[in-house]
Amino acid sequence: MPAADAIGEAGPVPATPPATSPAFGTLALRWYRLNRGGLRATAIGIISLIVFLLAWHLLTTYRVVFFVRFTNVPSPLAVYASFTKAIHDPKFLLHVLLSCRRIFFGFSLAAIVAVPLGLIMGRFKLVHEIIFPVAEVLRPIPAIAWVPMAIMLWPTNEQSIVYITFLGSFFPILVNTLHGMSLVDPVLVRAAQCLGARERSIFRDVYFPASLPHIFTGLTVGMGVAWVSLIAAEMISGQYGIGYFTWEAYSLVQYADIALGMIAIGVLGLGSSMLIRGAGQLVMPWRLK
Amino acid sequence: MSEIVAKAPQGHIEVRNFSLSYDSIEGPVQAVTETQIHVKPGEFVSIVGPSGCGKSTLLNAVAGFLKPTTGIVTVDGEKVNGPSAERGMVFQQYSLFPWKTVRENVEFGLKMRGMPRSQRERAARTLLGLAGLEAFEKHYPEKLSGGMKQRVGIVRALATGPKVLLLDEPFGALDAQTRVIMQQILTNMWQRLKISVLFVTHDIDEAIFLSDRVYCMTARPGSIKAEIPIPLERPRQQSMMMSSEFLALRRGLMSLIREESIKAMGGEITDLGMQGLNIQLHGASLADVI
Repeated sequence: MPAADAIGEAGPVPATPPATSPAFGTLALRWYRLNRGGLRATAIGIISLIVFLLAWHLLTTYRVVFFVRFTNVPSPLAVYASFTKAIHDPKFLLHVLLSCRRIFFGFSLAAIVAVPLGLIMGRFKLVHEIIFPVAEVLRPIPAIAWVPMAIMLWPTNEQSIVYITFLGSFFPILVNTLHGMSLVDPVLVRAAQCLGARERSIFRDVYFPASLPHIFTGLTVGMGVAWVSLIAAEMISGQYGIGYFTWEAYSLVQYADIALGMIAIGVLGLGSSMLIRGAGQLVMPWRLK
Repeated sequence: MSEIVAKAPQGHIEVRNFSLSYDSIEGPVQAVTETQIHVKPGEFVSIVGPSGCGKSTLLNAVAGFLKPTTGIVTVDGEKVNGPSAERGMVFQQYSLFPWKTVRENVEFGLKMRGMPRSQRERAARTLLGLAGLEAFEKHYPEKLSGGMKQRVGIVRALATGPKVLLLDEPFGALDAQTRVIMQQILTNMWQRLKISVLFVTHDIDEAIFLSDRVYCMTARPGSIKAEIPIPLERPRQQSMMMSSEFLALRRGLMSLIREESIKAMGGEITDLGMQGLNIQLHGASLADVI
């Protein structure tokens, strides 16, 4: 059907390359114009972080007391000093490593169970009708309320902490997967049926990829809640882990280590969310802009 | 391509004593009633009618998505029991899989049939070439214009070599210029493949320009009001749309549909609203005036 193309439709048209390659200056200018928005955001982001650090520094150096008391809050420099000490301390690294391992097991287990369960519940009404009421009753219980029960349920401390982490991320993943399944466009299912797709391929080629964006939303939220639950569990019943480290620093009156623990939790949480976002982009190339 | 062309003429659609109703709180609602239609092998047939008359319902029953309440739908004498790759379908909303590239979309039906990868890749490329889309085989549908998406939709539906092609207002979401081009493309493909086509539209010009025959449906509950053969010669040119023959057909269909549209909207139209249509109600009900 070349006729259609000759007449031409609105659509991506390959740009004609310029006859001579432009000078470096022109290229740099063009690159700047195209990326202006991103550069601006980065610049403002850096400035705002610097302002935050500066404010922290001033508030703690002058021990400001204005309703909120900064008297005992460590300064950024003190925290930095304890950071340089901590990275050479194998015990601190062990805390971090153990927390990461608990997140890895708890979160992975939650994803492995919740995603397929959500897909199956979304596809088969009976399974939904059986499991949904139980899930709805258990869902509002915060993971931290599970701590005493978890200690009774599981033989070791380690297992009960992983279990708490698992519970924290399980429900956000399940709920979002279910939501994704409920939004699958029925016309796409019909299209697949008209092309000869049977139940299995409809599940694999339509329902699953169509739900993926919501599954990844669930994984991101679930990862956040996993850290919240982990830290709470570690503070209560841990002997190791970054949550325990932070709580122990308070008990031992090592104020700089409290802030160090908090910052470490923040950085680890941010890093794990970025990992999930990256995985999402790998798995869903069609969503790249 | 060759395997699609080299088929004996088949694709005889028959819909007999068809009616379809669904349950609501006020009791069963009749969507389509007392309908008979047929499409001969290789024929291009359109269904037009006012909105909500059940023309899409009828098409969905032929596709196998809906079961008739009474009556029977057959293709080549075989009863339609559910959707199948024998009846290709093109939807108004394009319905391409966003997570598959253009070529993967076209390959999907072949993959379902168990065709090996290299073979279906070749087949998909050939088909995309025919539709002028080979340069876009690796694109995701989101990046394409509406006209291109629907070309992919048609090519995808034809890839498995169906006996009949069902189209549900396929060009309804396109702008007027693209629509004309798409009609030409569809005509060309149909003539080349000698496939039976059942085409649902509310655009009268489109129906006349494309079809061998046009069924006009009544307002809900839908049934066939008239069957109009279109004796215009083929291949059809855009210039024919100005011919007196075309315009006469258009006038005839137009008045049939207008009657039904007014009936369908009767309850909602007031005296004031009718002034634009040059009909005076004088307090009488619309049905009386008509």
